Amino acid sequence: MLQVSIYRYNPETDSEPSMQDFQVDTGGKDLMVLDVLELIKSQDTTVSYRRSCREGVCGSDGLNMNGKNGLACITPLSETVKGNKLVVRPLPGLPVIRDLVVDMSMFYAQYEKVQPYLINDTPAPAIERLQSPEDREKLDGLYECILCACCSTACPSFWWNPDRFIGPSGLLQAYRFLADSRDLATDERLSRLDDPFSVFRCHGIQNCINVCPKGLNPTRAIGHIRNMLLARAT
Amino acid sequence: MVRSVTSFGRSGVSDWLLQRVSGVILLAYFLCIGSALVGGVDYLSWRDMFEGTGMRVFTLLAILSLAAHAWIGMWAVSTDYMTERLMGKKGNVLRIAFQIACSLVIFVYVIWGVQILWG
Repeated sequence: MLQVSIYRYNPETDSEPSMQDFQVDTGGKDLMVLDVLELIKSQDTTVSYRRSCREGVCGSDGLNMNGKNGLACITPLSETVKGNKLVVRPLPGLPVIRDLVVDMSMFYAQYEKVQPYLINDTPAPAIERLQSPEDREKLDGLYECILCACCSTACPSFWWNPDRFIGPSGLLQAYRFLADSRDLATDERLSRLDDPFSVFRCHGIQNCINVCPKGLNPTRAIGHIRNMLLARAT
Repeated sequence: MVRSVTSFGRSGVSDWLLQRVSGVILLAYFLCIGSALVGGVDYLSWRDMFEGTGMRVFTLLAILSLAAHAWIGMWAVSTDYMTERLMGKKGNVLRIAFQIACSLVIFVYVIWGVQILWG
């Protein structure tokens, strides 16, 4: 039997959060953490968490499992469980709505700040705005972000300044549009990032790389933004 | 864009660049002082070393670099941990008091350093 400890908090009835222990029969299988949560849900239907696609595409079930952020649906027990014990908490640093469900408004507000869409006021061509294969290649490692928030909520700078530091996820998206040959707002985008908080609160500790379930590298993208800002300012 | 009136250069890239450049200057200065110490010094050789204008200018550059480096670092620490978000309204009072105290200490050290070098 797997020992599972789940963070419980219902702001309507609880004065403070607590941990609740469950025993789960995994049948000796190397289940995903989401499967374990489903088994717990069958024991106690009040346990709340987000989920949707269950295959690492939608980014709904970002959780903190045994101290490390990740997607519950693609994290096998063998990867996270030590000593037959699994501790599941909500993503750190964001307000808890209930149990494992967090309020992601601050995360989305930072995403919105980077204007995550192409800005190009030139007349649209008849079919589409074409890119060379080389220019398209520059977007690899950037466009794959699914906004699960695992990286930003593993970043201490985002914990301390979630309202002012854009965070690794938002900055990866910022660079995705800075690097796009079809986007014409590079200078405007960089102007909006040149303050002491938006980009420069990144101290390069690389928690974001360590936890990204898609294997992306926000620290490298932040380095590219910094270099663009430096080239523009000197 | 986040506004800040207390950061050193009012710009992220300016503070970032200054912190790196001042770090390199400090490294070079401490290597220079370290190599002198390793070679063995007494009062006379130490005094002779600081009699030269070049060493005095280098030392002043290191003092100013230390001042800028310290301000940028302490400012970042204060705006991370002493905030209204973490501590309520008293966070603002504490942060401003901390920043004033830091700036006073840095100012005194800079003036004192100049006095030692050219006094």
